[in-house]
Amino acid sequence: MKKEYLKIDKVVGPLIQVSDVDDVFYGEVVDIVEIGTGKVKKGKVIKIEEKNVVIQVFQNTAGLAAGNSIIKFTGESFNLPMSLDLQGRIFNGIGEPIDNGSDIFSLVEANINGRPINPMSREYPRNFIQTGISSIDTLATLIRGQKLPIFSGNGLPHNELAAQIVKQARLGDNVHEDFAVVFAAIGVKHDDEKFFRKSFDDANVMDRVVMFVNYADDPIAERITTPRCALTAAEYLAFEKHMHILVVMTDITSYCEALREISSAREEVPSRKGYPGYMYSDLASLYERAGMLKDQVGSITFLPILTMPNDDITHPIPDLTGYITEGQIVLGRDLFQRSIYPPVAILPSLSRLMKDGIGDGFTREDHAEVANQLFASYSKVQEVRDLSQIIGEEDLSSTDKKYMAFGRAFEAKFLNQGFDESRNIVESLNLGWQLLSLLPLTELDRLSPENIEKYFPKGS
Amino acid sequence: MTVMEENKIKGIISAINGPVIKGKNMTSFKMREMVTVGNKHLIGEVIVLEGDVGTIQVYEETEGLKIGEVITPTGKPLSLKLGPGMLKNMFDGIQRPLEKIQELSPIFIPEGIGLLSIDDQKQWVTTLTVNTGDVLLAGSVFGTIQETEVIENRLLVPPNVSGTVIEVVPNGSYTIEDVLVRIQDQKNQVHELKMAHEWPVRTPRPNAYRRETLVPLITGQRVIDIFFPIAKGGTAAIPGGFGTGKTMTQHQLAKWSDADIIVYIGCGERGNEMTEVIEDFPKLIDPRSGKSIMERTVLIANTSNMPVAAREASIYTGITIAEYYRDMGYAVAMMADSTSRWAEALREISGRLEEMPAEEGYPAYLPSRIAEFYERAGSVETLGGDDASITIIGAVSPAGGDFSEPVTENTKRFVNVFLALDKSLAYARHYPAINWLESYSGYIKILSDWYEDNVAEDCISLRNKMLELLYEENKLQEMVMLVGEDVLPDDQRWVLEIAKIIKVGYLQQNAYNKDDTYVPLQKQYVMLKAIEYLYDSGREGLKLGIPTSQLKDLDIFSQFIKMKYTIPNDDLSGIDRLKDEIDQHFEILFKKYEN
Ligand SMILES: Nc1ncnc2c1ncn2[C@@H]1O[C@H](COP(=O)(O)OP(=O)(O)O)[C@@H](O)[C@H]1O
Ligand SMILES: [Mg+2]
Repeated sequence: MKKEYLKIDKVVGPLIQVSDVDDVFYGEVVDIVEIGTGKVKKGKVIKIEEKNVVIQVFQNTAGLAAGNSIIKFTGESFNLPMSLDLQGRIFNGIGEPIDNGSDIFSLVEANINGRPINPMSREYPRNFIQTGISSIDTLATLIRGQKLPIFSGNGLPHNELAAQIVKQARLGDNVHEDFAVVFAAIGVKHDDEKFFRKSFDDANVMDRVVMFVNYADDPIAERITTPRCALTAAEYLAFEKHMHILVVMTDITSYCEALREISSAREEVPSRKGYPGYMYSDLASLYERAGMLKDQVGSITFLPILTMPNDDITHPIPDLTGYITEGQIVLGRDLFQRSIYPPVAILPSLSRLMKDGIGDGFTREDHAEVANQLFASYSKVQEVRDLSQIIGEEDLSSTDKKYMAFGRAFEAKFLNQGFDESRNIVESLNLGWQLLSLLPLTELDRLSPENIEKYFPKGS
Repeated sequence: MTVMEENKIKGIISAINGPVIKGKNMTSFKMREMVTVGNKHLIGEVIVLEGDVGTIQVYEETEGLKIGEVITPTGKPLSLKLGPGMLKNMFDGIQRPLEKIQELSPIFIPEGIGLLSIDDQKQWVTTLTVNTGDVLLAGSVFGTIQETEVIENRLLVPPNVSGTVIEVVPNGSYTIEDVLVRIQDQKNQVHELKMAHEWPVRTPRPNAYRRETLVPLITGQRVIDIFFPIAKGGTAAIPGGFGTGKTMTQHQLAKWSDADIIVYIGCGERGNEMTEVIEDFPKLIDPRSGKSIMERTVLIANTSNMPVAAREASIYTGITIAEYYRDMGYAVAMMADSTSRWAEALREISGRLEEMPAEEGYPAYLPSRIAEFYERAGSVETLGGDDASITIIGAVSPAGGDFSEPVTENTKRFVNVFLALDKSLAYARHYPAINWLESYSGYIKILSDWYEDNVAEDCISLRNKMLELLYEENKLQEMVMLVGEDVLPDDQRWVLEIAKIIKVGYLQQNAYNKDDTYVPLQKQYVMLKAIEYLYDSGREGLKLGIPTSQLKDLDIFSQFIKMKYTIPNDDLSGIDRLKDEIDQHFEILFKKYEN
């Protein structure tokens, strides 16, 4: 029989301290039962010193005080029941159903912290996923099993972009390979959650979506568990049930802010901007759960969304994320203000895995060259624009004027596309060639003569 | 567990805080002693001892530990088993083979698997090279094993042992645990020599003496070999924000460097990057040996989601393995990607110890730790009398891409080559994004003799001339940004044109192109020499008043941009043809303008 305690020494933010405790283990789950109402809050042991224990409470700690609650140590780690029935269901950030459905019953339980995948067991991801979005497919190609975040800013259409990817992307190779979506909302507005729910409905995938939702007005400590519950479900479906899973997670910024708040309640030494020194490792413990395994079907493709505070890509949240993920899709405010959708700023965007997933046999032989040339030419556009700011477009050299024209056309025709428009990779690449033909051939030094011969639009 | 171990005085866990735990009853423990912790026997290391209270960093996940569980001493510091079987393999931060772990647990890495090390079952065909009566000193060779197709493992008398051989087994197959040789020292004490011996990771292995580094590590990467060379036995840092190409550069160096042995440490980085190495390296052929590059490679992986304390140890594990192969007389190159994650692991442990932080939360001893690490590089004469070296190349991941943060700043103080990766070059897909204005090599002077003797008399002066041209171009670009290119005088526009060829045609090197990924030094030289030829020819034309627009022949320029792809690595005759074309072009021009 596990012991129960009546005494709470101290409540600091989401943490409570209890003394004179015996026989608990690090990471043990705790039930905090309110006397009278019988309401239960969950918590977890995060520090033990002799008989003193610090517990992180996942629900609101307001009202918790000595004498009004019983602390029960459950003798369990934070486990969730796993089953195919997770699909089509909605849970809160600690994995309890909030859709009025029944509890999940299963003999299979998994610790939400997961464990590191042995690099020997991984398979390097190489399969191209067509999202139907030209900028992504051509220039920052998504690969099955990749972790590719969207770096956005407040008010930018990251939700729309994620919804469009969910709608248009094909994850499995064929009809026999099953797919599902795991969606984690961390500290989101009710409107945002509704938007996603509606878009899953529109995409006809609602019965294949597992949702974990922590609203903006939910307790912050629950934000720590929300992504872990979601990834645990994803691992189960991908690695035990061999499905292709797309994990969409928003907003990592809320997650990191919760991490900071708890860290400061623990009085830890902060590193940059008050975020804890272990934030890199902590984020890695989420992002690294994406991937594929050797010799078996199933994958976790991970699209986390984060809003960069002040659109600053060097802020610790995007910075540490970019150091862990396999690239990033960056949204740009100036493109957005010029009504370009999706406003993908291609120069800072990157897909580290695209090199092995494109080209002959995957997309098309000219893909790498077209991508390189578009990057190089568009980066030159930026320089020419800066210059034209100073000397005026009229006084630019004739080549530079062509760059200006190319830049405008590239944004209007290539980057810009409809929310419901899906272009296949061949269409996107051909469009790329067409736009490049606005530039003199001598400027196109990333293209090989063979591909120019084959793909350069004739008559231009 | 042996009876002896059972009888040792054990500690009792008294506090648990993530990877750091405290124990009581630890008076008889030693600082830096390796211990096992709790019922699961997690591996840990004593990092603080105060009275009877010890603090331990634990190399495995601590969830599930309880107050009152025991801490068992092992009687030795955190050590590696150094012997054959490390090449072609991947280990975690404390030298546990990931392949064996996979056999125990197919997908995820569990905690409490205990201390595994190199294979102790494998039979190695062993040649003994000593006879009874021979006197063996520390570091001398007593036998050999063909560890892989290209590397001979030389069995070494451990650094702290010497004596006269009193017994030798015959040549044959043995495991690392078999006694091969017995020697008797001056005090008549007998020592058993096996294939493998243990060595504490935090203690540098001794050598006879340090010598000067006079030979470059040839990497096949133009911007490094020609512009910012690394000496064998030297130190280099590759700092850069995310996505600027640290890992790619480190992989390129691991693939193509002309070192005998590569030790590659994935320190706090992506799991997939280690998987990529495991999948790709066996398929790549080393241009020198004609065999797979995996044959000479040891991999250490502590990926970003593995326990952070083992990340701190992984760097020492790597360098100790490097020293082991160095002591056999090999030129070893070690890549650590990324040293910042190691520094952050130090910071995290330090924070949990509630030490007083210095800059940005890092402990005050960060600079000395960085210095100690890079000091384990060097060219040496080994105890056995061979020339050998360890080159260390560390990636640095500055927070926010800002090089003024503590890890970059302190690394810069202790390394001699600084390959600064630049975000704006990476954004423009100029790879490798090594910024030629910010980077430097402190080895130019001492290596210049080597380059003059082995590449060309004027190799270094050519390099200096081209670098100056790039500096000049940078200044001119600032002007261009204000007034446009058209108003510059012709000689300056010619500099811009040539600089563009150097940047696009020379400095950019595509790691994904099968020919460009590795380029022999001779081709590197003649390519640059050809660019110089074009530059000088143009300057002759300028003297005659020929405008840049005329000097610039589009066909020749496009050939220059593409020569890295069109001139085969093993047939440089195309360069001469290119020079002929230049001559023809300018001859016609000169004629026109002379009249
Ligand atoms: N030499 C190179 N050739 C081609 N592509 C490169 C080269 N160096 C870097 N890249 C590109 O840059 C991307 C990021 O490089 P990476 O080494 O992973 O960056 P970092 O380790 O600094 O975050 C790679 O995925 C690749 O697309
Ligand atoms: Mg990297």
